[in-house]
Amino acid sequence: MTAAARNVNPGLAGRSAGWRIVAVKEFADHVTSARFYVLLAVLGLAAVVPLYFAADAIRSVASQVADTRFAFVELFLYAPSSLPIPSVFAFVGIVAPLLGVAFAFDAINAERTDGTLPRLLSQPIYRDDVINGKFAAGLASITLALLAVVGVIAGFGIIRLGIVPSAEEVLRLLAWLVVAIVWVGLWLAFGLLLSVVIRRAATAALIGFGVWLFVAIFGQLATGLIAGVLAPIFAAGADQPALATQVFSDTIQRVLPLTLYLESARVILNPTETTVSVPSTIAQVAQWQQQVQGQPIAFDQSLLLIWPHLVALVALTAICFAAAYVRFMRQEVRA
Amino acid sequence: MTQTAPARPSRRRRSGASSESGISNAPIRTRALTKRYGDFVAVDRLDLEIRPGEIFGLLGQNGAGKTTTILMLLGLTEPSGGTARVVGLDPARRPLEVKRRVGYLPDAVGFYDNLTGRENLRYTARLNGLGGSEAEEKIEAVLVQVGMADRADTRTETYSRGMLQRLGIADALLKDPDVMILDEPTTAIDPIGVVEILALLRDLVRERGMTVLLSSHLLSQVQSVCDRVGIFAAGRLIGVGTVGELAERFGDGAAHLEIELAPARATGSGGVGVPADVAAALHGIEHLELERFDAVHGAWHAAVRPASASEDVREAIVTAAGLHGLRLISLRELEPSLDDIYRTAVAGMIREPEPAAASAEELADEQDLTEVLE
Repeated sequence: MTAAARNVNPGLAGRSAGWRIVAVKEFADHVTSARFYVLLAVLGLAAVVPLYFAADAIRSVASQVADTRFAFVELFLYAPSSLPIPSVFAFVGIVAPLLGVAFAFDAINAERTDGTLPRLLSQPIYRDDVINGKFAAGLASITLALLAVVGVIAGFGIIRLGIVPSAEEVLRLLAWLVVAIVWVGLWLAFGLLLSVVIRRAATAALIGFGVWLFVAIFGQLATGLIAGVLAPIFAAGADQPALATQVFSDTIQRVLPLTLYLESARVILNPTETTVSVPSTIAQVAQWQQQVQGQPIAFDQSLLLIWPHLVALVALTAICFAAAYVRFMRQEVRA
Repeated sequence: MTQTAPARPSRRRRSGASSESGISNAPIRTRALTKRYGDFVAVDRLDLEIRPGEIFGLLGQNGAGKTTTILMLLGLTEPSGGTARVVGLDPARRPLEVKRRVGYLPDAVGFYDNLTGRENLRYTARLNGLGGSEAEEKIEAVLVQVGMADRADTRTETYSRGMLQRLGIADALLKDPDVMILDEPTTAIDPIGVVEILALLRDLVRERGMTVLLSSHLLSQVQSVCDRVGIFAAGRLIGVGTVGELAERFGDGAAHLEIELAPARATGSGGVGVPADVAAALHGIEHLELERFDAVHGAWHAAVRPASASEDVREAIVTAAGLHGLRLISLRELEPSLDDIYRTAVAGMIREPEPAAASAEELADEQDLTEVLE
């Protein structure tokens, strides 16, 4: 309906502005809402703790090794071995779904229960302007929070620790931010889908957080279990059963989007990560053995390594958003 | 229903308004409009024509298809068949232009309760392409018009249902609509609120010369403001016309009287005549049929057939009362209420609506409202 309407409707003033107006209103709602500050605090706190330990470690290491390269990205990669505290990038991986769901679970269904949806849709905007605007606003809000936290960490590193990032490190940091935003976008799209499909906001939130909990805690366990059961069967006829088992369980792990994010974030931030997966052919093993371990690779090489991961993440986000979009376009306005 | 209604002289015509209509300038017109949900037919071949500048009431019980019709008129749901023209445009194909010119007050309208009334209206203004001081002036104007200016800067979560309804009307007025569609504007409001809302609506029509379509299931509430009403049952329009016309069509062609008689000398029972005695006294009056005895008021309800004999019958009743030693306490003609019409119409035939007979002149005679517009 909308596509047809667009075709026969040229020259209407402000045609494309609909989603922007929705986005501006939603963004203003988000950044003034309590949940934004709660999540900013959670994200901030989670950044400060690993940062404290990273700063400690870097200080002690820097005194010994004068030419510690990539000390700046180390701020985001460092996880204290003595404490069960994840690194900044891993923490973002765990918290991002929470952020995404929290900013979208009530996007459509709350408009429905509050009786604002028919009023909104009776204004001269297209129906997809509503869902597009809400997605854009959610993404913008979370990006703002992420930028704030990353800015604090970077500023702390530069001013307090005197670690000045090289151009490549800045590039890697920005690339990681893009990966993180895509990762948040996936969960935002998922939250949006829930808000379209499930009429009660509370139910949508519970399901969203349930899925997040499952992925964060039981996901690794479940995929590990599945891999453990299936891999021996799968690898039975292979030349190198041990290697085949490893490859198989890696693949299973990557069914989880969290694995996709963690692997790509690790590789894109850390120039010394030269592989994403274990070498699976004789040639790869040989190549791997010939490499000088710990030797950094260039940014574009890192990007190349995680390209498939990124494509998969973007595709998943697109699928979630498309599902939400189609459902919303076909839904009756009335409850 | 193809007659052309008189043009509204006071309204400016915007370009493109009548580009597709050609035949008629009716702001809302449907032809065999149908909506099916699976096997369920929500709206069944609806033919409706609403004239410029009138207040049209769409009446029917919950689930009769009123809201579905309204959503189709706004392009918010696609018809399964038939056509609709709103301000001369097909809402299914050009929803944006229709929504630009039609103000809509949804059933149980809601606002963002974390925002003030004014902020809510500001959002609507922006969605309608209004901004800056132009928007602020317009917002202030509509707030004053609906009497909400003093409460506009408090959050809408503190508003009563009636205030939300007023704000909803202000919201719909912001775009300066040619047509206003109100879905159940009087539901969930206390009786005083209903009177206020309806008075507000009437004033607005008078001031702005809009065409109004309102739906309701509380027939008695809206009959005072509607120029014409359409009765909706099970997705079909079973009657259109003024309240008087519908009474004629769906009524039994009789005038109804309430007769209260008492014995000239008080008896032990407390002054009211024994129903049987009264009945005996009234028996034999030509054209009069006693229908039922209202024990609460101690009065007989009677029908006069044909209605034109009403005057003669009244005289005969007075005479008969004197002859039988009874005192006339009250004798009045009962107005047919829309509820009565509705009940007979729904209970009786589900049939094709006949073309509405009323001409614009007749309407003007009946409603001072239309006089102002003409």
